[in-house]
Amino acid sequence: MGALPALPVAVPLLVAAALVGLAPVIRRRPADAVAVATAATVAGLCAALLLQAAGGPVVYWFGGWTPRQGIALGVAFAIDPVGAGLATLAGVLATAALVFSWRYFEAVGTLYHSLMLVFLAGIVGFCLSGDLFNMFVFYELLSVSAYALAGYRTEDPGSLQGALNFAITNSVGAFLVLAGIALLYGRSGALNLAQLGQALASGPADRLVVVAFLLLLVGFFVKAAVVPFHFWLADAYAMAPTPVGMLFAGVVSELGLYALARVYWTVFSGPLAADAGGLRAVLLGAGVVTALVGGVMCVLQHHLTRLLAYATVSHVGLTLTGLALLGPAGLGGAVLYAVADGLIKGSLFASVGIVQYHLGSVDELALRGRGRHLPWTATLVVLGALGLAGVPPFGTFLGKALMEEAAGAAGHAWLTALFVVVAALTAAALLRAAGRVFLGLGGPPARAVDAPPGPAHPTMLAPAALLLAGALAIGLVPGLAGRVELAAARFTDRPAYAAAVLQGASGPGGADAESHPPGYPAGPAGWATLAAVLGLALGLWPLLRRRPSGPRRATARLWAPVGAALRSLHNGHIGDSVTWLVVGMAAFGTLLALVVR
Amino acid sequence: MSLLPYLIAAWLFLVGLYGIVTSRNLVHAVVCLSVVQSSTYILLLAIGYERGGTAPIFLDVRVGTRAVDPVVSALTLTDIVVGATVSALLLALAVQTYKRHGTLDPEEFRSVRD
Repeated sequence: MGALPALPVAVPLLVAAALVGLAPVIRRRPADAVAVATAATVAGLCAALLLQAAGGPVVYWFGGWTPRQGIALGVAFAIDPVGAGLATLAGVLATAALVFSWRYFEAVGTLYHSLMLVFLAGIVGFCLSGDLFNMFVFYELLSVSAYALAGYRTEDPGSLQGALNFAITNSVGAFLVLAGIALLYGRSGALNLAQLGQALASGPADRLVVVAFLLLLVGFFVKAAVVPFHFWLADAYAMAPTPVGMLFAGVVSELGLYALARVYWTVFSGPLAADAGGLRAVLLGAGVVTALVGGVMCVLQHHLTRLLAYATVSHVGLTLTGLALLGPAGLGGAVLYAVADGLIKGSLFASVGIVQYHLGSVDELALRGRGRHLPWTATLVVLGALGLAGVPPFGTFLGKALMEEAAGAAGHAWLTALFVVVAALTAAALLRAAGRVFLGLGGPPARAVDAPPGPAHPTMLAPAALLLAGALAIGLVPGLAGRVELAAARFTDRPAYAAAVLQGASGPGGADAESHPPGYPAGPAGWATLAAVLGLALGLWPLLRRRPSGPRRATARLWAPVGAALRSLHNGHIGDSVTWLVVGMAAFGTLLALVVR
Repeated sequence: MSLLPYLIAAWLFLVGLYGIVTSRNLVHAVVCLSVVQSSTYILLLAIGYERGGTAPIFLDVRVGTRAVDPVVSALTLTDIVVGATVSALLLALAVQTYKRHGTLDPEEFRSVRD
């Protein structure tokens, strides 16, 4: 199985090309079946790579161009458990999304399946690549197919506009990444991540290296939709077809953070080692602002997919705070959280897709009381909201507990408060929507429109249920936290990574996994429960009151201008989102100039 | 190595961004995006340029002959391919937008959203 690492990229690309060629003759159902089988194969291959990488890094040189005297000539996949884990998540989500599409689309061309498979191949290649320029190429591959998928419903003007904004803003981000790569190549003559790290490790960071870091940081933050680079996200994610939204919200945003973590720990952790404290402050600030802005915008939405899109922004912010601690413990927590959160988001997008399919709308006000005959979907949405809030035993809880532990150790124990607030905000928005749609709380039921009657089809319910079950399983597998921390420790070990890639030295085996105390730490569990209760109260309070009372009107008056200002900022205008990109880049540039000596 | 190509790259990047920000026509915005991208071509080629160097074809030349860096040329070519794909896709989206909306002005889309 020497070529195993190349297969999860090659197989979907070949099948996608074949499907395009067969488009005139192949029928809908065979195309569906082939696409589902391919995506499942990719998930299986990635899982196999994950198991293999758990024992030590897997390095694969294309065409046998192995390094000579420690100098990388060829292009490599350098696979570690973090990258392989994200690739597996993408494979699982793509399989679920394609199964969901079986019934969701009345009619769909083969191009849809091809685009999904190319998209998946791009994500997997991006996660496995050990070469900076190859990361850029896969980044573009996944982005271009994502733009096309976001604008797939060409009959909807909102979808087209979302796709255009998505494409233009993200392309500018990609060019920033490329400019950063060009500067790094100019300095070191290398594109391989391990070689770049070695070349830059000898000296402290000079201005060129800092500028290259800034360009890469901003470029990847655009993909991750960190505030203020997030203005494109809601239109693109909310207007895309629901199965595509499952992948977007589940894994694509996290890829931006993954890329930042990857280049930081393979390349920049050497030259920027002296400035880690300042960098930590900058990244923490970005994470906190993103988490709060996303959470508040989430509560302000009535459009269900838009609500989930802002929940994605908010949770990317939380993941970024874990990563911003710049230590293996925080990173491990962030990875666990991102994977569990991705599964839950995928499940929630599927549930909202069921609502859209059976009730003909995704506006919670127009849907009030109309979801009573979809009890299973209602259960899934409520469970998903609890999962987003990080209630044990969901995997999100475990990830948050690890991040809180790391934050406490790094002297940032206040992050626990942020986690509680953000979890309460996003859970409140979702529970409020669920209360309105499935229970008819807060007003008379809305008028029904013509749509297929329930109950929901198994091909739509099963993916949503299984993804949630996956998020639960992540929280329940014994010893997983210890293994993830070990993987994160290896991820952050620059010299060991370089040795594995350039000298072929295999790292420490997986047998010496640290023993993490079993069972749930009581403190974090208490906080998570508090967040869920707060979310429930916040979400249902406005619905259970008949008439706005005095204090409530006063709060509303106080909040209305803030909400209106935030809404008017998020107007989905292409020029505005690119302007914010420039402003954000200037801001991050200033901050980096201040903290890097 | 002269500073000029780097200044041109920076200029193209900024002027292209200015075009996108102020654009009132989607086709114009897409072309501006191509302008932004051309700055990356110039940057890449400037980094690999060798004054007095020949083309990097190492056949019938003495060992040690100065040549421009072939790696950045390969990167630039890849970049151009990416640019063509993105432009084609964006123009297709613009055409669809015009068919459905009857306008290409991004300002008019503000009303589309809720």
